[in-house]
Amino acid sequence: MSGPSALRVAVVYPDLLGTYGDGGNGLILSRRAQWRGYPVELVQALSDEALPTADLYCLGGGEDGPQVRAAEGLLAEPTLTRAVEHGAVVLAVCAGYQIVGRSFPDADGTRREGVGLLDADTVKGAPPRAVGEVLAEPTRLPGTSEPLPTLTGFENHAGRTRLGEGVTPLARLVLGRGNESPAGTEGAVAGRVVGTYLHGPVLARNPALADLLLAWALAVDGLAPLDDHWEEALRYERLHMARRSRRLVARLGRS
Amino acid sequence: MTSAPPAGPRVSAAARLTTSVNRVSRRLGLGSGTVIGGRAGLKVAPDLVARLAAGRPVALVSGTNGKTTTTRLLVAALAEAGPVVTNATGSNMPAGHAAALAAGDRDCPVVLEVDEGYLPATLATTHPQAVILLNLSRDQLDRTNEVRMLAGRWREALAAAPDVAVVANADDPLVVWAAGRAARVTWVSAGLRWRSDAVGCPACEGRIEWRDEGWACACGFARPRPDVVLDDDGDDPTGCFADGERCTVRLALPGRFNRANALSAVVAAEAMGVPRQTALEAVAEVADVAGRFTTVEVGGVTTRLLLAKNPAGWAELFTLVAGETTPVVVAINARVADGKDPSWLFDVAFEELAGRVVVATGDRARDLSVRLHYAEVDHETVLEPVAAIARAAALTRPPGGNGAAPDERHVDFIGNYTAFADLVRQT
Repeated sequence: MSGPSALRVAVVYPDLLGTYGDGGNGLILSRRAQWRGYPVELVQALSDEALPTADLYCLGGGEDGPQVRAAEGLLAEPTLTRAVEHGAVVLAVCAGYQIVGRSFPDADGTRREGVGLLDADTVKGAPPRAVGEVLAEPTRLPGTSEPLPTLTGFENHAGRTRLGEGVTPLARLVLGRGNESPAGTEGAVAGRVVGTYLHGPVLARNPALADLLLAWALAVDGLAPLDDHWEEALRYERLHMARRSRRLVARLGRS
Repeated sequence: MTSAPPAGPRVSAAARLTTSVNRVSRRLGLGSGTVIGGRAGLKVAPDLVARLAAGRPVALVSGTNGKTTTTRLLVAALAEAGPVVTNATGSNMPAGHAAALAAGDRDCPVVLEVDEGYLPATLATTHPQAVILLNLSRDQLDRTNEVRMLAGRWREALAAAPDVAVVANADDPLVVWAAGRAARVTWVSAGLRWRSDAVGCPACEGRIEWRDEGWACACGFARPRPDVVLDDDGDDPTGCFADGERCTVRLALPGRFNRANALSAVVAAEAMGVPRQTALEAVAEVADVAGRFTTVEVGGVTTRLLLAKNPAGWAELFTLVAGETTPVVVAINARVADGKDPSWLFDVAFEELAGRVVVATGDRARDLSVRLHYAEVDHETVLEPVAAIARAAALTRPPGGNGAAPDERHVDFIGNYTAFADLVRQT
């Protein structure tokens, strides 16, 4: 334990929702806080224990069966919902994004109840799965004076997410499939809950999003800059590659 | 239908087409020449694999990691009795199988490395005498099935193949589930370092509890008592067999995981009629598996070549490189054969490399570099692999010395699938 004032980052059920390297988001958030001198406690919250209270929760992607179990676990205790009511920040990715919505399909396509932190419903999409690089321009998020830089990531999902009126899309797609309903949107935001389909992990490829979540959780207006040249090199390469494939797609579409 | 009828004129023509297309492909330098001919042959005779395998002793090797090495070890064990046909180039789908079967002698035994997704179909077409099930874990998630679904498909296929001698890893719950309805299983305690894909019980979706030696779920699904155990703790690695015999397992290949692979190969060889001692002596001599674990000169730098292509492979490899101070070059690509999403780098405990000279390279060196940054591992990035090896050697200076002595210029190169294959091709 690092004391009561430490920022607590919880990776939710890594034993169920840890299939796509999304556990990296929790690591990235805690490192970026530590490097700026904030004490941090990173908790791996396993599914067979009570969910701890935390300032920032990260949920990752997972397979169909474990996804249902994770939703059941989160619905069985009020911890996550209460924490969000008290201002906790949530980053939910892929299967985790679907879980924090109102409903999602299981392996058979049967509707399962979600935690309901986001006004969004996911249904089984038509094949093929949405798999590939994504490029998206973020909408302006609460607590930001200007939109975040372009989001880059990798999506891999069969579900189709329909956004309700209680959420804003996280971003407008430039490349990729994202929510599919409404078309051209990716992810969802309500208050301090952010859902996205982007892996990579998403915060490795988008450090500005990591810092926004941290600023919310630490209740500060801004954060000291870090040396992000590793991340910037990766972003430059990914954005360049994605724009190139987008031009290719456009050309194929015309011919 | 228990076995395909013998080859008729159409099948013979398809087999000849397969080998001649491959020969032309190799002559033109288009590749190792195994897949294109197999595809052509399968177009003419879709049942080519079944026809060419009919009546021959066949063994299959499948699993996420260790397939190529274990196939090579089993081939060595069977080769004591004469020539063996195999898909040594790692073309482990039906086209590669057809090519291997068409090229080899029609009477000799066959050992096929099989892609996990194709194991059910290959069990049905080749009617093997033995099959080795190594392990199942996440790999290339952008194009393969969820591993739990795969384990379920193996289970159905093995239930429908009562004659096959199954050699299965008792330490991997997904493999145990897959072999659970097979009629004849020899359980090998082959180990499992990476457990993150083996937490959810495949039988009831409950949670598997791990203890020192074993694992069990509350529903009753538990680790079977192993028939063969690798005792690898002391200086004298030993295989302990069900009949009470204990044999030293000393291999030219390094690593606990390879000794476990060797035990599985020996058990499968026994099922194919090779005496245990003969098989053990044969597997001990295998030193080179398509370049893996070999030491070569790369631009004047003595370099050991290692392959790790997913979190489970890395977890095993860290047991081999732990505690060493050798500079490490890590090469990561994300081409189709690697899986196009390298997010899995965050599932690898790269923190283990802290304190060493580390150079990141490959098509996706930038992703690796960000991962190493968050692991707080100091490193450099050099996009071209041969230059990265030279850089790693240059960064290594003997304390107080003026230049590196030859043994201090030794570098470990660890690449994922295509990064590794590219470097091997250049050496």
